[in-house]
Amino acid sequence: MIPDTYLYILLGMGVVTYVPRWLPLALLSNRRLPEWFEQWLDLIPAAILSALILPILITTGEPRHLDLLRPELLVAVPTLLFAVKTRSLAGTVVVGMFLFWLAGKFL
Amino acid sequence: MHSDTPNNRWTEVLKDGIIGAWPICLGYLPIGLAFGVIAQKAGLSPLEIGLMSVLVYAGSAQFIAVSMLSAGAGLVPTVLTTFTVNLRHLLMSSSLSTFMRNLGPGRLSLFAYGVTDESFALNSVKFRGGRWDWRRALVLNHTANLAWIASTVAGGFGGEFIPAGAFGIDYALVAMFICLLIFQLRGMLYVAVAIIAGVLAVVISLLIPGNSYIVIASVIAAALGVVIRRKRSFPRTEGQP
Repeated sequence: MIPDTYLYILLGMGVVTYVPRWLPLALLSNRRLPEWFEQWLDLIPAAILSALILPILITTGEPRHLDLLRPELLVAVPTLLFAVKTRSLAGTVVVGMFLFWLAGKFL
Repeated sequence: MHSDTPNNRWTEVLKDGIIGAWPICLGYLPIGLAFGVIAQKAGLSPLEIGLMSVLVYAGSAQFIAVSMLSAGAGLVPTVLTTFTVNLRHLLMSSSLSTFMRNLGPGRLSLFAYGVTDESFALNSVKFRGGRWDWRRALVLNHTANLAWIASTVAGGFGGEFIPAGAFGIDYALVAMFICLLIFQLRGMLYVAVAIIAGVLAVVISLLIPGNSYIVIASVIAAALGVVIRRKRSFPRTEGQP
């Protein structure tokens, strides 16, 4: 059942989603930052990407548990090697999709 | 013209931004359709679904919100959960702010709306590679946003439209993230930070429910990276412990 207050809920969700997206840009982008902080921010993309991907590849379920036999992981290995070798984003996406499709056929 | 200076004719900017967004659009399609189908089953009209995608624009938070609402949750718990699920964007916008210099509050606010896991990952790499600026990043963000809105609304009309598992499309974003991670590994320090972040994320995700593992693991791993970097660039001199 969707409550009558749906629109207010959306507005609330919108505000609490937008503020964390906006605040750092408003506060930091036109400011000189201490060197250690710049270095820390420089490492954030590598850290976040790895923190986003690895749990998707080797954990599953609710509550989460380890699962090293997922097709996601199996396909990730050649996809990663392809990315390292070619450094092509388009190629990696296409190859990853194709291999995942193959894995779905045969696993 | 200097080769690193992007051509700023608006047609070029639009073209670069839209073409740059294609892996995200491809990846959003199955997820958006799936979301639309689930939301429609929970009793939302295509208009209400589209409104959520416009006002919130956050994939996993929208899935969670719909399941909470259909389980009878009210305003406060739904909004609080959305807040915690989306807090990770704080880190992403902080990192992106280093590329967004000398822009007015209006432009920054417009850009902030489109910061997602996917646009953050893609824009970070593109800014680093040169020939990329805030205009192209903004177009990329809003192209991805349109793809999300359109696919969620389409799903809300009651169709997956593409059969489950077709063309391996469900793997598009994972493959994109893998490739963008490789692009971010610009030295051994980055590799070390990525390994630490990945391992921490897995361990924390097994211990704590929800997605707080992304922020916790990234903050710690990047901080350790700064420490490692400082230790290496200031080698210990003789006589010090």
